[in-house]
Amino acid sequence: MTLHRAPWFWAWVAAFAAFLATWSMSAGGGGGAALAVAALTFGSFSVLTGLGQMLVITMGPGNTDLSIPATMTLAGTLSLKLMGGMDGGAVTVLAGLLSALLIGMGVGIANFALIRLLRIPPIIATLSASFLYQSLAIWSNRGLRIKPPPALAEFTTGRDLLGVPNLAWVALAISMGFWVLLNLSGFGRRVSAIGQNARAARLAGVPVARVSAATYVICAMMAALTGFLLACFSGGAALNMGAEFLLMSIAVTVIGGSSIAGGNSNVPGIWAGALFMYLIVSMLNSYGLGAGVRLLSTGVIIIAIVAVASGRKAKP
Amino acid sequence: MRLINPRLALPILSLAILIVAVFWLQPRAMSYVGINLLFNLAVPIALATVAQMIIIMVNDIDLSMGAFVSLVACITAAILPGNPALGALMLLGCVLAYAALGALIEARQLPAIVVTLGMSFVWGGAGVLILPSPGGTSPVWLTAIMKAKPPLVPMAIIASLLIAGVAHLLIMRSAFGVRLRALGGNARAVSRAGRSTVRLRAMAYAVAGCFAVLAGMALVGLTTSGDANIALRYTLLSIAGVILGGGEFTGGRVSPIGAVIGALTLTLAGSFLSFLRLSPDWQIGAQGAILILVLAARLLVRQAEKRT
Repeated sequence: MTLHRAPWFWAWVAAFAAFLATWSMSAGGGGGAALAVAALTFGSFSVLTGLGQMLVITMGPGNTDLSIPATMTLAGTLSLKLMGGMDGGAVTVLAGLLSALLIGMGVGIANFALIRLLRIPPIIATLSASFLYQSLAIWSNRGLRIKPPPALAEFTTGRDLLGVPNLAWVALAISMGFWVLLNLSGFGRRVSAIGQNARAARLAGVPVARVSAATYVICAMMAALTGFLLACFSGGAALNMGAEFLLMSIAVTVIGGSSIAGGNSNVPGIWAGALFMYLIVSMLNSYGLGAGVRLLSTGVIIIAIVAVASGRKAKP
Repeated sequence: MRLINPRLALPILSLAILIVAVFWLQPRAMSYVGINLLFNLAVPIALATVAQMIIIMVNDIDLSMGAFVSLVACITAAILPGNPALGALMLLGCVLAYAALGALIEARQLPAIVVTLGMSFVWGGAGVLILPSPGGTSPVWLTAIMKAKPPLVPMAIIASLLIAGVAHLLIMRSAFGVRLRALGGNARAVSRAGRSTVRLRAMAYAVAGCFAVLAGMALVGLTTSGDANIALRYTLLSIAGVILGGGEFTGGRVSPIGAVIGALTLTLAGSFLSFLRLSPDWQIGAQGAILILVLAARLLVRQAEKRT
């Protein structure tokens, strides 16, 4: 296989182009490193949500998790509340992380139960359930902003290894796990098989219900983990902190070259998509454009990329 | 032909139950003014729901509806009163942009979810450019229409009936509507029959754009000012309304009358929750719960139908 045929190739080209374009705008030679650090830090959050969303999208048309923002808020709020009442040691951190993951698991199971039991399209199921999660978060939060334990705040904002943000290392490790899961495990093949032809997969003996339950649970747990990390990173949970990650998780998946129609996914593209999206926004920022033009150009760029990328796939 | 489509039975029933519940909680609502207040904000939601229904009818979903209605509200409030010609031209441009979107989605076989999600940024950005801070005024004639007080029946009810009637005739009764529904039912058959699917999808989006423009204008007529974020919740409301009204996500199976009923039900659900003195924390959650309940009820009804 030649490199330029890889589905994520053009996404990486675009990400580098955006990096150069932004870098050239920022004054001074030190801008490049700072820009890369910022892109890696903020890109990590998009990568983490994008990985989960990619897994769900891979299962085929209609499979999209719209409850990611609410799950992030709920997990961030509740885990910080739990940690706020503890001493801040290693046990606290572990308890917070575990509680966030458990919340994600619960959300994923609830989402899948709705899809399965009520036989409603996943988009509507996750959308209506996300209202409930959002309410739960509002109710438990009561407008209080609880600070994360200092150790976690330092870890999420720090750069302990090779000057690369810790968050990027975390995201990289998890991405590798996803790559193994998707490309080397039976589970990954089953997910792709369902996305390519659900009926054929079922007839071939793939346990469709169990596999899709697992993908929704994994996606929700990724969202919960992102919520936990984001809350620690930004010094507390906010009710709207997940809002931008709904579009981001889908955009990152599609820009990265995964098929929105399902059955075909790739992990490297998620990184390219995440870095590209962050760099585009900071590029538009550095041009000193107003909020309106910035929003407008972001939208136009996303659509242009999707239009071009899907045309590329139609050829072979 | 049966008088009432069985698909409509559940939406009508849920609306009736809600109306009874609201009147029971708040008997004062049972008056001309009360009903008008209850259903006033349903008019723009009903228009947006019909727009969303047309998109869902051709097997797409529009996640930019709220942002688009907000943009129309900005144009209506900021430009239409001072410069009617330019304002009308911009609104026409919005409809044409929608048509172009439909053509692009069909021609390049793009996922509508992603394109409309991207477009929500474009509409939002344009809205901020046109009206950087909330404000503007409603054109006098528009407010006059929206706040008219016809004898006996409140304006909100007349408008809802009118929207349902026009949408029903256009989608269910006209040859044009049949072709659009066929695009959702079996696009390949449509193209084999010699119709251009690109043109049809563009038309479907254009019609949806028209309804969405009307939704934005109606909203400004009621609130008398615009804001780039004024209608963001319409995206969710309109999708929920279509589903509550008995529409399906695939196959062109929708119901315009059901969609309007779904929009009325959702609006009423909001009032019902505030009459219940529910803690504001749970308002959004309760709407989600209502949506889930209705979907569960629909499943039970379907299963009962299958058994008989």
